[in-house]
Amino acid sequence: MSPVLFWFLATLSIVAALGVVVQRNPVHCLLALVLTLISIAVLFIGQDAVVVGFLQVIVYAGAIMVLFLFVIWLLNLRVETASTGRLAIKFLGAIGVAALLAELESFAMPARLQVKFSTTHAAGYGSIEALSQALFSQYLIAFEVTSVLLLVAVVGAVALARRSTAVEVQERAEQLARAEKAA
Amino acid sequence: MVQLSWLMGLSAAIFAIGVAGFLIRRNILVMFMSIELMLNAVNLAFISLGSRLGTMDGQAIVFFVMTVAAAEAAVGLAVIISIFRNRETVHADDLTLLRW
Repeated sequence: MSPVLFWFLATLSIVAALGVVVQRNPVHCLLALVLTLISIAVLFIGQDAVVVGFLQVIVYAGAIMVLFLFVIWLLNLRVETASTGRLAIKFLGAIGVAALLAELESFAMPARLQVKFSTTHAAGYGSIEALSQALFSQYLIAFEVTSVLLLVAVVGAVALARRSTAVEVQERAEQLARAEKAA
Repeated sequence: MVQLSWLMGLSAAIFAIGVAGFLIRRNILVMFMSIELMLNAVNLAFISLGSRLGTMDGQAIVFFVMTVAAAEAAVGLAVIISIFRNRETVHADDLTLLRW
């Protein structure tokens, strides 16, 4: 990955991430988030993590973000007109975030990172074959647990989001009463 | 040549923006998006370090993080829908049921 491409993507992702925080319209927040995700995906691919980069675009920027969009439309959210939240929380939050950023940036300095740097990769690094080698040998148990987690999430999401049966019965009765009155 | 510290710095910056969004915004959905932002910043750090180490471990962990993020989004959005149905709000300051 060339430094020019890196700085372009870094600028794009930071501007888009700021857009998520600053935008008043939730749909605009979401579009900014998708832009951040896609620029991070290109950064993945630029570091030879090709499969994960494509998964990021398809699963994250595709599926998960569409789920968010569905919920925004379902709830019919309006643009926030007034500034929300308490000023004190924002002030303390800003100080806390600045401290966190300074700490993380000092931690990210290469002198602190005890990493043996390598710039060339073995053939097949980041391919779907290499990824599945890791997933189905070293991380097999974690992979199986993940499938159970997804099942639990599906059942839990349906159980949480559906109306309770009592409410359904009541609404059905009201509908029938209205229909009888009209007839 | 892209330095490792640049990538880690970018990751830290996006993480900090995510934290700021979570603290500043009061719309639950936008707070949720900020969490996704933080998850992605950490993913970027995993991929960068894994790439420099030449191992697939970072990418495997990013795969798991994506799966957990999908599960978290599904359950979290279901909770938000449930809250909205009962309280007609997505404003975090209005939800004070557990406050003493």
